[in-house]
Amino acid sequence: MKRTKAWLGVGITLVVVTAAVAAPWLTPHDPLRADLTSGLRPPGSPGHPLGTDQLGRDLLARVLHGARLALFIGICTVVITMVVGGVLGLLAGFVERWPSAIVMRLADVQLSFPFILLAMTINAIVGLGLRNIILSLSAAGWVVYARVIRGEVLSVKQRDYVHAAAALGIGRARLLWRHVLPNVAPSIVVVASLQFSQFVVAEAAISFLGFGVQPPTPAWGSMLAEGRDFLYVAWWLAAFPGAALALTALGVNLLGDWLRDTFDPKLRV
Amino acid sequence: MRGYVLSRLAQTALVVFLSLTAVFGMVRLGGDPVLLFMPMDIQAKDVNEFRQRLGFNDPLPVQYGRFLAGAVRGDFGESLRYRRDAMGLVVERLPATLLLGSTSLLLTLLVAVPLGIVSAVRRDTLVDHVGTVATVLGQATPGFWLGLMLIYLFSVHLRWLPTGGTGTAAHLVMPSIVLAAFFAARIARLTRSAVLDALHEDYVQTARAKGLAEVRVVGKHTLRNSAIPIVTLAGLEAGQLLGGAVITETIFAWPGVGRLTVQALLNRDFPVVMAAVFLTSLTYTMLNLAVDLLYGWLDPRVRVRA
Repeated sequence: MKRTKAWLGVGITLVVVTAAVAAPWLTPHDPLRADLTSGLRPPGSPGHPLGTDQLGRDLLARVLHGARLALFIGICTVVITMVVGGVLGLLAGFVERWPSAIVMRLADVQLSFPFILLAMTINAIVGLGLRNIILSLSAAGWVVYARVIRGEVLSVKQRDYVHAAAALGIGRARLLWRHVLPNVAPSIVVVASLQFSQFVVAEAAISFLGFGVQPPTPAWGSMLAEGRDFLYVAWWLAAFPGAALALTALGVNLLGDWLRDTFDPKLRV
Repeated sequence: MRGYVLSRLAQTALVVFLSLTAVFGMVRLGGDPVLLFMPMDIQAKDVNEFRQRLGFNDPLPVQYGRFLAGAVRGDFGESLRYRRDAMGLVVERLPATLLLGSTSLLLTLLVAVPLGIVSAVRRDTLVDHVGTVATVLGQATPGFWLGLMLIYLFSVHLRWLPTGGTGTAAHLVMPSIVLAAFFAARIARLTRSAVLDALHEDYVQTARAKGLAEVRVVGKHTLRNSAIPIVTLAGLEAGQLLGGAVITETIFAWPGVGRLTVQALLNRDFPVVMAAVFLTSLTYTMLNLAVDLLYGWLDPRVRVRA
């Protein structure tokens, strides 16, 4: 069962990544080109395997290009939150005293706002668009890293090899860099993989509500929002972008579970 | 226990105060806050007059003090759209959100906890495998997509359930299922692993060795000890239900706080946004407090450590 899940995770993730990278070569259609003479064609229509939307744009092309956007946003957000949350977590765990208190209170406050609500509100205030959604997701998402990494650092710090290194007179910066960081790195990777799908789904939810990536850019969330208006006549407009999103989340989740079981079985996020 | 309760109360008060500060800071993230608080149809020449009237010309500490003084009385200003007390509007919507949230939580626990227990006890059997597939799929399925697909199936196609709105029990069915799906998956997974952990403890072996029936071993010795992580997660998730409600309420036109927040953001009605965001945060913080107290009561070791 475990192996099946791991392989399934790797397989699905590879499919999604391939779809994203090779999108322009997998379909001859431009995801933005409208053709009003062929609007709302059902799946299986000649030349349009997944059908077309209300403006006659090819749905397959839009879903494939949506994968690019979703993965791009996911990767950017994970990298930013990993660096920011990781540094704050390391600092809070390593220095303790007031830096720890400040970071942890900040985390408490931030966790008192539901993730989606916070990211959405920030986005509505600072302005919509791709760059801002990445920044607002990051602003709402760094906390999990900071908390997990701080906990890990606190426990790694007590290990004998760290004490030994400190006793040898190694500087604090070097101690942190050479002896503590490599030992919390697996947890960082595991958290990143578990957070990734959360970010991708959150971005879609926020775009769905209208505060994220704006049409006509083919983002799965805004495609779902358009599909919602046509639910009575064209189920495929909502079905396929959502299925792509669920598939991506599934693949990355399975991959994350496998990484956790392998590197850090005790970790709970 | 008293010391524990007092320290939790103090921490909660601090978090509430800081989250108010965060709400104050949030509307200043975009630069000029006056742009968020003026009516839409304003002339450029009147902006300064508005700035003056709303007090945005005062020094920041003065603005902050005035905001706090208003907030402790529940005064977040007047809705720009409805010309009514912003907090009043939000509080009016609270019962609907609480009804949806508690139904979902109940549904989650009724489905997820038994599923988790059975999966753990009958490990590696068909039940466990089916349960694993269900939870993995449940965690990966975005609620808003599930919601749309259910609407298509049960409202558009079969015509069994209303697409949205409120009034009867039938209106509650789809929103609560959608809201519960993701959390049920998480809680079922956690229950499974908590029960599995407990099943390997020495006291369970002892209970078995002295010949207790398996039902008693699981029901009495295992479940009590796996209750703590489950209660903790259920409490935290109950808070996240409030976030999930933002989306679910919008899809099903459920007249709760979440939908009001989305509408207020779309209308750029920021007094209502501030009131709604703060009330959500307050509810969440209170839930956390309740969980912490329950936790201290369930597990005496926690009190001592805190």
